[in-house]
Amino acid sequence: MRRLAVLLCLILPLWGWAEETKLSTQLEQRVKVLAHELRCLVCQNQTIADSNADLAVDLRAQIREQITAGKTDQQIKDYMVARYGDFVLYRPPVQSNTVLLWVAPFLLLIGGLGFLFRQMAKRRKLVVTRNLSSDELEQADALLQHSTSNNTPNTTS
Amino acid sequence: MGKFLVPLGIFVVLAVFLGRGLSLDPKEIPSPLIDKPAPMFSLSQLDKPDQMIGTQQLRGQVWILNVWASWCVACRDEHPLLVEFSKTGVVPIYGLNYKDKREPAMNWLQQLGNPYTASIFDENGRVGIDFGVYGVPETFVIDKQGVIRYKKTGPVTREAIQSTILPLVKKLQG
Repeated sequence: MRRLAVLLCLILPLWGWAEETKLSTQLEQRVKVLAHELRCLVCQNQTIADSNADLAVDLRAQIREQITAGKTDQQIKDYMVARYGDFVLYRPPVQSNTVLLWVAPFLLLIGGLGFLFRQMAKRRKLVVTRNLSSDELEQADALLQHSTSNNTPNTTS
Repeated sequence: MGKFLVPLGIFVVLAVFLGRGLSLDPKEIPSPLIDKPAPMFSLSQLDKPDQMIGTQQLRGQVWILNVWASWCVACRDEHPLLVEFSKTGVVPIYGLNYKDKREPAMNWLQQLGNPYTASIFDENGRVGIDFGVYGVPETFVIDKQGVIRYKKTGPVTREAIQSTILPLVKKLQG
């Protein structure tokens, strides 16, 4: 019994430690995901996660602090947007001043398809199907017969 | 004739967009804080660690907040201008000493002159983050109601003071 108690005393803290590291890796995971969504304003083509600028380090610390304080991801993003504007988001929200940004690729696609179909229709009109006259038919028959009668395996090339 | 109109049109549109792009500065990010109340803060003064200074105290006057640090090279550029501007006494300039240490900051002011009515000591940069600071120096104009009316990222120029800041301050002071 006593042995068991000693053993438990030895193991339990270890368990607690494992639990703690699991929690902190979860936290770091969330920090990482969020940091990848946010732009570093000093070096504008990097995310906060990629940048080592002072501000990026501070903002990562901010994210960590706010997660520990129980803020949701959206609340943290709102916090950043309130200070640095939509520019801080790597995925711009759909709103009146970004509508063009979001729909322009589709407009271009539709425009391109429209242009393509119009061109195809134009080309189709250029191809005129005309029935052969009786004279022409006879000529064709003659030619065909001539070529089949001459047809030997050696002349296929 | 019509054949050339379409490519010409496309060219003109592209040229206009690219030309406009040339004159824009991608480093200038419009601050979402314009026309919003200045963030609340209460921090100690740079030279008087036991005296607090906060948004509340600064209400009722038009004031300028200039974010600076002794480690900031560009701050050195704009500093003489600020000293000169402060001597006109038109508007109080408050400094936000951003992520700095008291010693070097105070030495800096002693050497280069002190244009600030008071400097707010923001050691860990938290208030800086609240003000959306990303490139020191930054300058804000805040009105009597405590609303931010103007922000400039980077060193202020004589031109910016003369043509933008001064007229705005005069207008806000009414």
